[in-house]
Amino acid sequence: MALLAPFTWIGQATLGLLAAIGRLTLFALSAVSHVFRPPFYPREFLSALMTIGWYSLPVVGLTAFFTGGALALQIYAGGARFNAEAVVPSIVAIGMVRELGPVLGGLMVAARVASSIAAEIGTMKVTEQIDALTTLSTHPMKYLTAPRLLAATLAVPLLVAVGDAIGILGGYTIGVQRLGFNGAAYLQNTVDFLEPWDVGSGLVKGAAFGFIVALMGCYHGMHSGRGAQGVGQATKAAVVSASVLILAANYLLTEAFFSA
Amino acid sequence: MIRLENVHKAFGPKKVLQGVDLEVGKGRSMVIIGGSGTGKSVLLKCVLGLIRPDAGRISVDGAEGASRDAFLARFGMLFQGGALFDSMPVWQNVAFRLLRGSLKQPRAQAREIAVEKLRRVGLSPDVADLYPAELSGGMQKRVGLARAIAADPEIIFFDEPTTGLDPIMAGVINDLIREIVVEMGATAMTITHDMSSVRAIADEIAMLHAGKIQWTGPAAQMEDSGDPYLDQFIHGRAEGPIESLR
Ligand SMILES: Nc1ncnc2c1ncn2[C@@H]1O[C@H](COP(=O)(O)OP(=O)(O)OP(=O)(O)O)[C@@H](O)[C@H]1O
Ligand SMILES: [Mg+2]
Repeated sequence: MALLAPFTWIGQATLGLLAAIGRLTLFALSAVSHVFRPPFYPREFLSALMTIGWYSLPVVGLTAFFTGGALALQIYAGGARFNAEAVVPSIVAIGMVRELGPVLGGLMVAARVASSIAAEIGTMKVTEQIDALTTLSTHPMKYLTAPRLLAATLAVPLLVAVGDAIGILGGYTIGVQRLGFNGAAYLQNTVDFLEPWDVGSGLVKGAAFGFIVALMGCYHGMHSGRGAQGVGQATKAAVVSASVLILAANYLLTEAFFSA
Repeated sequence: MIRLENVHKAFGPKKVLQGVDLEVGKGRSMVIIGGSGTGKSVLLKCVLGLIRPDAGRISVDGAEGASRDAFLARFGMLFQGGALFDSMPVWQNVAFRLLRGSLKQPRAQAREIAVEKLRRVGLSPDVADLYPAELSGGMQKRVGLARAIAADPEIIFFDEPTTGLDPIMAGVINDLIREIVVEMGATAMTITHDMSSVRAIADEIAMLHAGKIQWTGPAAQMEDSGDPYLDQFIHGRAEGPIESLR
């Protein structure tokens, strides 16, 4: 029997994983379906838009600025090895809008928003507020999940767009101040090399990441265990799973968009 | 009318309800008593559909399960822990139903109704703009009560409406519940440990013990039921058939 133990373990782990994927998929389908079916709660949606979008701006902006700056320094140093310092503006721009803007923006939003959604909904679950919603003829999936899901899916691409611009600005600042680029030439270079789909693909990624963040926050909040510990677990699980899923989705989307 | 037949519910190995049969007539006030942890709150949640019973049938006005939305639309519930929405001020909690959905009204009007309901549970208008976290336990309970009655429901459940209130306020709340049943013709199910509350609001009494209804009957027969379990409970004796762990 001892010989079989590892197989039992592997079997149970696999089944557990499949069950979790199934539960999550069902939750996602139901959540999306509630986004499109009335009643709608515009007030909830607007307030979610504020907390997810507007209040994330400083974090995303700062992240993008420093990343753009560091990127400029790295590419300059790397480019210098084969006398290609002139590529700094275009590589910074492409790197920012295709990859770093959406991914880092998504991760920062995951840290900020997935945690707060999970903690808020988890606390509501633990203190019977979700049950109370039901008794007040209000569907928790429509009232809590749908507005957040929609708000995040719309807000994160906008955040990414702002982050892209600020990241390029960060690269520009370092390029002009530290690396001796001519300001006008730097900008011209950026504009010349950037193609619409570079930006567009990043925004699509942003929407996907926003969806993931809100979905994980809501899912773990709604399935929170009892008590403060349960809410803590749910919060942690929401951030971790949102981050990993963002990175995985980023790879898949990049593969889909750019592999020749 | 609310009818439960042979309702069972277990949480893992813990059997909470083991065949509950109960009937509450339209416009009647049923009070459920029973020891702490016997499953009174679980029983109410089963009727609400918040907890799925493992077995048994629950029907409201003859309709089972299917029309739960319709049932909830004319329904109010006071949760044992209040369950107030802590992200919104008191008046929006009370007026929750009046601010959205089929009963939606202009905000000013909804607020007026909320303030009026708060007055009925003995809270002054300046409480309306506070947040639930800024209230005392007893005040939260009363806000929960105001929320439960805000939309003039036809069926109301109260889970321990007077726990945590001073005796005078408890009296006010008992009168209020009585009024709601008599004047508005609502059907009420109330859980309470407070015997003065039982005497004030019950038309009928049911005692839950060991997962079943141990005794049920009109309030007037409570004192001379001849049931040793009920006697022990209403007189609060430590000695008797109900074992108390010490
Ligand atoms: N969601 C749940 N999961 C697991 N066990 C539960 C759950 N809800 C209730 N229980 C258990 O069911 C039993 C009955 O709980 P319930 O809240 O109905 O008691 P009660 O009769 O209302 O007690 P009290 O008078 O103290 O409020 C308890 O032992 C509790 O541990
Ligand atoms: Mg209880």
